[in-house]
Amino acid sequence: MGSEFVQFSLTPMLIGILASIACALPGNFLILRKQALIGDAISHVVLPGIVVAFLLTGVVSALPMLLGAAGAAVVAVILIEAIKRLGKIEPGAAMGVTFTTLFAAGVLLLEQTDTSSVHLDVEHALMGNLESLIWFQARDGWASLIDPVALAALPPELGRIALVCALVVALTLVFWRWLKISTFDEGFADALGLPTGAIGFGLVITAAIAAVAAFDAVGSIIVIAMFICPPAAARLMTNSLERQIWWSVAFAVLSAVLGYVFAGYGPLWIGAQHAVSAAGMIATVSGLILGLTCLFGPHRSRIGVGKETAT
Amino acid sequence: MALRSAQVTVAAQDGQALRAPDPVASAPLAVRGVTVSYGEKPAVFSVDATFPAGAMTAIIGPNGAGKSTLLKAALGVIPRLSGEVSVFGQPIETARARIAYVPQRASVDWDFPASVIDVVLMGLYRRIGLLGRLTGAQRAKANACLARVGMSDFADRQIGQLSGGQQQRVFLARALAQDADLYLLDEPFAGVDAATERAIIDVLKSLKADGKAVVCVHHDLATVATYFDHVFLINVRKIAEGPVATTFTGANLNATYGGRLAATHIDQLALADPA
Repeated sequence: MGSEFVQFSLTPMLIGILASIACALPGNFLILRKQALIGDAISHVVLPGIVVAFLLTGVVSALPMLLGAAGAAVVAVILIEAIKRLGKIEPGAAMGVTFTTLFAAGVLLLEQTDTSSVHLDVEHALMGNLESLIWFQARDGWASLIDPVALAALPPELGRIALVCALVVALTLVFWRWLKISTFDEGFADALGLPTGAIGFGLVITAAIAAVAAFDAVGSIIVIAMFICPPAAARLMTNSLERQIWWSVAFAVLSAVLGYVFAGYGPLWIGAQHAVSAAGMIATVSGLILGLTCLFGPHRSRIGVGKETAT
Repeated sequence: MALRSAQVTVAAQDGQALRAPDPVASAPLAVRGVTVSYGEKPAVFSVDATFPAGAMTAIIGPNGAGKSTLLKAALGVIPRLSGEVSVFGQPIETARARIAYVPQRASVDWDFPASVIDVVLMGLYRRIGLLGRLTGAQRAKANACLARVGMSDFADRQIGQLSGGQQQRVFLARALAQDADLYLLDEPFAGVDAATERAIIDVLKSLKADGKAVVCVHHDLATVATYFDHVFLINVRKIAEGPVATTFTGANLNATYGGRLAATHIDQLALADPA
């Protein structure tokens, strides 16, 4: 665990961890609100948003991409609501139609756009390129952490995802009570005078911000997996929302670390030649964790779950 | 004639300080011309209602008559097409701290990861605020509210592991924690056991004795006369409102239910105008 680790593995691993946490936190509330698909929808509509932002500005930089993706997320949410109400179609179908159509539109736009000079293509959109986010300047191993020259050369994705992760954590802490009350009992929250519409919308926007920042660094596969797998697994570990959040963070970190290590070394262990995609492996590990908690989680069989409630 | 009305106006101005407050203007809950619509058909049409203090009022009517809708529209939980709502003579936005609301039990997902005491503490939200720290006194208050509904032994139980009646009592404890003056309950007796019904009615009667206003959407016509002081009969439009003794009549019930109540059923009720 010397200088090679710091140079080639520390930053991708950190970015994977921070991206996983930033997505898992809002994922807890999306799942409890039966809106897990929204995370999926957001991570898909991010693509057309980013492409349009690129077309308008001509550069691949964080702020226009973030705004483009957030704009696309808002358009998607409005479209989903419109399809639901005007077409009288169930929410899941409305989301499915919206995000696949927008994603397809994003792919078409991308093909018609000259992006050869920039780092923007469908494969990158799906898988990201975690392995390339290395800290090449860190020639002195751990000592680089106090070397200002080396620190200045950290991949910019790390700073962005750290900032977004901090923002998501702060929002979760500040609006904790609003989120908890309005997620459990929206009618009661309305009667208290809480701005439930804004809370729901703010949650989706926060998820969109997390998705965009994570997308930038690690691609949409991790985003989709992290919105759902760690929170769903965490729900099976505890009956307390507070502890569920901690479990989801722990599972997100575990997925990122194990996924990164398995992707890098796993194939070698079984005799294969090449490492596999870290993003794909991180998502796979999170799915495996969910599978294990489904089988062995202490709160996997709860009274009334999956049965008709007698009223 | 013109002279007389002028004198009345002057008298009214002079007597303003002494006059008893207008019962409608300062009522715990008064709605005027409230209309709510889901789609094209109105669910509640141009309803006026006044709910008095120190009394228990039942809102009764057939399924789909707009009972819950009226309550939710008054609270602003669902949007109104038109109409005004006042709570103790004030607009609802400034009077929310004086209202406690118990939604229908079936309106929430009881699999939510929360314990009984977590839910009761939600009733203290207005006092704790978004970022305030929960104090020992507030926790004690929540426990006292649980004790009032006989659920102290279940404080740390996950809410999904309770019976329907126990869940309803937890909702009532949360409303008690709000320390309100107006209690609005949506079908608090729906699908509960006899012990719970007893526990709930005891709590509601003690609230009434403290001068609070209690309003329940209610289904069971057989208990209206024993539980409630006032009734409000609705079938999209208001049919009648007033004390049970004068308003809970066979004629009004027929007008409300449109002949859907069997005559034999009506005969068994303790009505104000026995046939």
